[in-house]
Amino acid sequence: MSGELSANSRPARVAYYNDPKVRSIAYQALLCAIVAFLIYGAATNAIENLARARIASGFGFWNATAGFDISQTLIEYSPRASTYGRAFWVGLLNTLLVSAIGIVLATILGFIVGISRLSRNWLLARIAGGYVEIIRNTPLLLQLLFWYNAVLKALPGLRDSLVVPGGLYLNNRGLYLPKPLLETGSGLVGLGFTVGILGAIALYLWARRRQERTGQQTPVFWLSVGLVIVAPLLIFAAAGFPIAFEYPQAGRFNITGGIEILPEFAALLFGLSIYTAAFIAEVVRAGILAVSHGQTEAAFSLGLRPGPTLRLIVVPQAMRVIIPPLTSQYLNLTKNSSLAVAIGYPDLVQVFTGTVLNQTGQAVEVVAITMLVYLVISLFTSLLMNIYNSRMALVER
Amino acid sequence: MTMAEGDLALTQLAFVRKASIAPRPPPSKMVGPVAWLRNNLFSTPFNITLTITMALLLAWAIPELVRFLLLDAVWSGSDRDACLESVQHREIGACWPFVWERLPYFIYGSYPISERWRVDVFFVLLAVGIAWLLWPGAPRRDLGILYFFLVMPISSFVLLTGWAAIGLQPVDTVLWGGVLVTIVVASVGIVCSLPIGIVLALGRRSRMPAVRLLSVIFIEFVRGVPLVTVLFMAGVMLPLFVPEQLSPDKLVRALVGIAMFASAYMAEVVRAGLQAIPKGQFEGAMAIGLGYGQMMRLIVLPQALRVTLPNIVNTYIGLFKDTTLVFIVGIFDLLRTIEVARIDPKWATPVTSTTGYVVAAIFYLVFCYGMSRYARAMELRLAKGDRH
Repeated sequence: MSGELSANSRPARVAYYNDPKVRSIAYQALLCAIVAFLIYGAATNAIENLARARIASGFGFWNATAGFDISQTLIEYSPRASTYGRAFWVGLLNTLLVSAIGIVLATILGFIVGISRLSRNWLLARIAGGYVEIIRNTPLLLQLLFWYNAVLKALPGLRDSLVVPGGLYLNNRGLYLPKPLLETGSGLVGLGFTVGILGAIALYLWARRRQERTGQQTPVFWLSVGLVIVAPLLIFAAAGFPIAFEYPQAGRFNITGGIEILPEFAALLFGLSIYTAAFIAEVVRAGILAVSHGQTEAAFSLGLRPGPTLRLIVVPQAMRVIIPPLTSQYLNLTKNSSLAVAIGYPDLVQVFTGTVLNQTGQAVEVVAITMLVYLVISLFTSLLMNIYNSRMALVER
Repeated sequence: MTMAEGDLALTQLAFVRKASIAPRPPPSKMVGPVAWLRNNLFSTPFNITLTITMALLLAWAIPELVRFLLLDAVWSGSDRDACLESVQHREIGACWPFVWERLPYFIYGSYPISERWRVDVFFVLLAVGIAWLLWPGAPRRDLGILYFFLVMPISSFVLLTGWAAIGLQPVDTVLWGGVLVTIVVASVGIVCSLPIGIVLALGRRSRMPAVRLLSVIFIEFVRGVPLVTVLFMAGVMLPLFVPEQLSPDKLVRALVGIAMFASAYMAEVVRAGLQAIPKGQFEGAMAIGLGYGQMMRLIVLPQALRVTLPNIVNTYIGLFKDTTLVFIVGIFDLLRTIEVARIDPKWATPVTSTTGYVVAAIFYLVFCYGMSRYARAMELRLAKGDRH
């Protein structure tokens, strides 16, 4: 009797090929085998093709002399002495430079446009809406070409440069600005500035603790302005204005001295900022709309004035919605800076995947390194994003 | 006099109006155009400043645009002299004869003139497929899906590349160009990305670790790098990875890159749709004995794709704009044909570039804006279905 029972309670036997576990292992083994086969096939073909084309492999080229010039270099670089590795760093820094400035400009413009779209001013809201629709619905590459070829390259030539009093020259080769030269004593100003920022942070923390304990408020903003801006200015004046300017000089064939801003850089910066700003505007608008109207009304009924309501109630809640998509827009801007290759700004892709690849022919290594750089930037940003998200996430019961 | 009589007297004495007074119109300050202006444009000093600034901006920009596009524009001519300020001795706006003369090049590239009807047929085939899929009231939309994802791609391929056996002269893809290439690249991206994206999204949610890992690696890798590098990879590495005799031509390489890129983004969109489906739907499907394939095909995917349809269309808009990047790997899409034509000495003038870019901008604007309107309309339609 008991034997029968145990026989019945045993699970029904299924054929091994119907067992989900066996099937799952079989599917995965098959998939892995196919992927491995594809990789193996690709690798053998690549080795064979490279050998036939007599292209070296490995990263030996990294230390070979580059031999080509780069129009904008943030670090020391010379075509004859510098290596491909150096060229890589020049390109990477140029990418980071245009991305960083672009992110700042796009954020400012994007917030202005996003808030304008929600403005009660009908005209302003319509113009902001038109801006977003037109910019979002045309390709970035077209906008870059427009800024570069139709606007900046159409500026007057060197002979007829637009001269702005104060030493600015604008022509189709770029914008030339006076270059500030720091003299002795300017180190003190920098020191004062650093101390000012640290002081302002300390002041903010102290003021918050004081308000939590006693309820008394401190005018943190104005005191911080004093610490960060006024104090260094006073030091600057006291040290006898230790700064001089090197003015650009117009010669017959070129302009020497000063800071030169390439038209390629300016076009890329304009294009990226204006394009990304349209997307940021939508992110900001969605974020503000996501804060329910009841929050504002509740704040008003508690007696908060419009300013503090915005600052303490609406913005912190909107930021929770805004920041994740905002970060992905920053990432998009950084990735889109690779379109520089179309207008000849020497970014990572143009220098490395363009010139270095053409000179060495080592496609696999060069493309792999370039992709790795962007991957590292992306993964690093997502990591920061995840940390931020877990800190900001709504704590629910 | 009793109490009741007194009450009666009081009621009779009291004056109660029988009919209510007709409502008076609100004061003219509160309604009508004047009030609208006051509320929307001139409510506060800050608002007044904004309005005036914006009005000045428009007063400058609109006449400038009209002047460039219409009033000062050149409407006829046979070469650059018609659009040169130094020849015509007047302000010159857009150079339309340039666009008019180069229009066939912008549409077909260098496709042989005698064979261009094939491109036109392709455009018609594509338009039929799109209309069939997008119009919600179309008959037999299941057949439409079959047509769009299977019949149309194959017949278009045969039609455009040619097949000597049925009398279509082969046309090398090097000759393709302009709108044709833009549309081909976009439609290959659109047709490939959805099925591959669905497979990747299902893979990413699979319970099998190897499948999940491979899907995650592919999706995150492609989404983490710029499209330009994917195109470079497809352009320079793909020929290395296949035997020499199979080496694909330039256009196919770019198409592979675009399809990979679009699929990875589509996978994430589909995954978001899958996550929106409640667990009960999966459990219900399993409880009535459906296998994995049936569950996904009959229960889960139809709901997931419907929820995420606006996002799918938005991904397509991004893809349509991204097709311009094939320009960088040397393929003659619309933007590239304009770049080539604008520096052609026959037409090169200071206004040619801007004219060409205006044409390209209008083309992309019409397509992308159309798609985004459609996505918005579908969103409203779906929202209507959700309301009980």
